[in-house]
Amino acid sequence: MQIYLPIADMPVNIFLVLAMGLTIGFISGMFGIGGGFLMTPLLIFIGISPAVAVASVSSHIAASTFTGAISYWRKRAIDLSLALMLLAAGILGTAAGVWLFTVLRELDQLDLTIGLSYVTLLTTVGALMINESVQAELRARRGQPATLRRPGSHNWVHGLPLKMRFKRSKIYVSVIPVWGIGFLIGFIGAVLGIGGGFLLVPMLIYFLRVPTATVIGTSMVMTLITMTSATVMHAATNHLVDAVLALILMVGGVIGAQFGAHTGQRMRAERLRLLLGLLVFAVGLRFAYDLVVMPDDLYSVRIVRIE
Amino acid sequence: MRRLGLIVALIVAATAAAPAQAEKLVVSLSNHRVAVTSNFVGTELVLFGTIEPDAPRAALRGSYDLVTTVTGPTVTLRTRRKERVLGIWVNVDSREFIRVPSYLSVLSNRPILQIVDPTAARRLQLGLNHIILTQRIGSDFADSVSDDPFRVNFIRLEKEAEQYREESNGVTFLTPTVFRVSIPLPANVPTGTYTVDVKLFAGGQMITRTNTALEVIKSGFEQYVFEASQHHGLIYGIVTAMMALMIGWFATVVFRRD
Repeated sequence: MQIYLPIADMPVNIFLVLAMGLTIGFISGMFGIGGGFLMTPLLIFIGISPAVAVASVSSHIAASTFTGAISYWRKRAIDLSLALMLLAAGILGTAAGVWLFTVLRELDQLDLTIGLSYVTLLTTVGALMINESVQAELRARRGQPATLRRPGSHNWVHGLPLKMRFKRSKIYVSVIPVWGIGFLIGFIGAVLGIGGGFLLVPMLIYFLRVPTATVIGTSMVMTLITMTSATVMHAATNHLVDAVLALILMVGGVIGAQFGAHTGQRMRAERLRLLLGLLVFAVGLRFAYDLVVMPDDLYSVRIVRIE
Repeated sequence: MRRLGLIVALIVAATAAAPAQAEKLVVSLSNHRVAVTSNFVGTELVLFGTIEPDAPRAALRGSYDLVTTVTGPTVTLRTRRKERVLGIWVNVDSREFIRVPSYLSVLSNRPILQIVDPTAARRLQLGLNHIILTQRIGSDFADSVSDDPFRVNFIRLEKEAEQYREESNGVTFLTPTVFRVSIPLPANVPTGTYTVDVKLFAGGQMITRTNTALEVIKSGFEQYVFEASQHHGLIYGIVTAMMALMIGWFATVVFRRD
């Protein structure tokens, strides 16, 4: 059944989009991520313009992370004060990202920037995750205990001033790296149409030593609010959010996420991280391939304005 | 679908000036208003017409040729060209096509250059190779030669997107003086006012022309959503965000396990 998307200006098969929402939702529920880094490329692949895809996916991520955030809230697994500090800088990052998005679109370099950033981010993060989970797996085989968090071990981040105590996470760190991470995630999210959960979780663990109990819930609150504001800002400045597309994606996404979460809970954490790492890395390679291989068409047309 | 449905009988007639042997065209479009609704997958409009003698006893010629040009609302488009820079493919060069048709169909009963000579085709802007497409090259405005690579590729891309077409079998003569033109409108047809220009030829000369118009509108929900997104961006964004949160919340209620 075809449905016409009013902003993307094209008809799509409603069941195809629903299936995409379900699949990505399943993956996002399984790994506790928003799934934007998979959804945006998929939408571009079915012919939706990168600009509309990025803008519309933000609202889809908002929906799926809200579901996640509510269930983590019930489990009291959210560090609200940490989330708020991240957000203070995150909103600024989002605004800067939406601004850069507009500028790049005008310069005809948006698609390239999205492509290059995906390659860099995804291959790096993917490789790190694979490495880390393989190491953990090997340690587990040798019977050594997992040493994710080493109490007392401090890195340079802990030497910074303006320290603050985050009670729920039981950490005492400077707000400077917290703001830095928040700004970066908000910025990347708005430019690339990703929630940034797959970046934020490792950053919170490795730089701030946030315990696993609160890290995913806190990351979800952060993603939820940056993506909600990205939706509003993209709609207000670029007029590119396709509400019909977003609605179909959301419905599929939230349903898929429920089943994904169920599957994810039955898997070992290291195995789950390895799978996610492989997935992230593979998507990164796919983008690298597109950039390097000669495109089918060297020419492309874009609407500048409707007279 | 509704192609032969309600025939809106708006008949536009135009007369040629030549007194001795003069014809006039009488045309009627199957539908003057195309509504793009949520299940719109493209449509085809039909234009019927007859060639009539201008005066009661004026004679008609033996054979006629007909060229119909359907022009959509104007847009400014940018064509970009990629080149390999440091191993990756980057947009390096671009040209803006200023106020060109967003949709353009040239339909005729046989190839344009069999109907008229190239000079006349250029003068009358008949066919995709002869239509004026103004380009901005730096600060200059010009329509470059028809084999300019940007122009050629622009037309090719528009053809692939089904927005431009040239069909030498788009006009069918049912009798020597009664014809039918099928105007295909693809699913991604731009909204706005379209002009339909019908030119009649005999012996390589244009005898008469007439025109009519049609309108493509987004209707119902699509129209509402589109208008809202363009004119009330902030409210639209807030409503979309609220919708996202509602659905997210709804999912936790429906699937709550504890």
